[in-house]
Amino acid sequence: MNEWLQGNLYFGFFLALGTYWIGLTLQKRFPYTIFNPLLISSVLSAAFLLVFHIDYETFDAGASHITYFLTPCTVCLAIPMYKQIRVLKKNLAAILAGIGSGCLAAALSIWGLCALLSLDGEIYHSLQPKSVTTAIAMGISEELGGNSGITVAAVVVTGIVGAMLAKAVCRLFRIKNPVAIGLACGNSAHAIGTSRALEFGELEGAMSSLAVVAAGIVTVVLAPLFAGLIP
Amino acid sequence: MKYVKQLAVIMAVSFAGELLNRILPLPVPGSVYGLVILFLCLTFGLIKLEQVEETGTFLVKIMPVLFIGPCVSLMTIAGDMADQIVPVLAVCLVSTIIVMAVTGLVSQAVLDRKARKEEKSHE
Repeated sequence: MNEWLQGNLYFGFFLALGTYWIGLTLQKRFPYTIFNPLLISSVLSAAFLLVFHIDYETFDAGASHITYFLTPCTVCLAIPMYKQIRVLKKNLAAILAGIGSGCLAAALSIWGLCALLSLDGEIYHSLQPKSVTTAIAMGISEELGGNSGITVAAVVVTGIVGAMLAKAVCRLFRIKNPVAIGLACGNSAHAIGTSRALEFGELEGAMSSLAVVAAGIVTVVLAPLFAGLIP
Repeated sequence: MKYVKQLAVIMAVSFAGELLNRILPLPVPGSVYGLVILFLCLTFGLIKLEQVEETGTFLVKIMPVLFIGPCVSLMTIAGDMADQIVPVLAVCLVSTIIVMAVTGLVSQAVLDRKARKEEKSHE
């Protein structure tokens, strides 16, 4: 089957979009965080390739054309942020303090845990940007010399874990302010956390989407400073 | 035609971002330069929201689809990584909880202080 599909650019493109469609349908039917369309789509695509003995390269020839849109998509994150500019100005001090300390905590905790578990440099560099939105995380990972596949997987796992634990963590640490809840969700679990924050309320959702972009920008500055700690 | 114009603006900003990534010796992805450029242009009115809105919102919405490729690429390295999966998951779990707690607690403390100050000035 592999020779037959090689050079057909639309195979990978279609498999990626088709499985994502299945993922969306499943998520609608079972509204749990674990039914993440990206996760379902990736698992189904990989399973399809394995079952029919198709090379990853055959798939990637088409799928890489989708990823080509990464830069323009990331650029457009400026639009939701601009729409939130009033909330941004009103809570500027809390946002800067929360995001700044949260990103520092991310960099330190990932370094500490990686050193503790003696993970190698490539994995450390791939994990360092894992709390931020995938597009920015992938960019940082590539700049640091990480593996973008590991980064994307870690970002998705982080998002799902964050969304599932958001309520418990906020209760445990008595985080009650809606602005603080939104920032916590967005800073730790990016877009997946934002979809969870929206379930708390509109203000939480707005703060979370703002935190996603802000955390991305802060981490762009922080991650390279911590990168050298594990060569 | 609206969509062509909007896409042209977005591509121009992306192009400028990638150019900065080449010129400046910092480990900042071109996409993030582009994000900051577009945000500043919107804030200072150099680009109006109508000039990017529909196409831009579409691109933001389809974003998860872009990550299927890199995610599937894991199958090519899964064999070499098998014994590191558990520690990697542990790092993800623990650091996510830490980041969430620190962000929430610090921003809440700042907000509480601000609220108390405002209350005092009202008295």
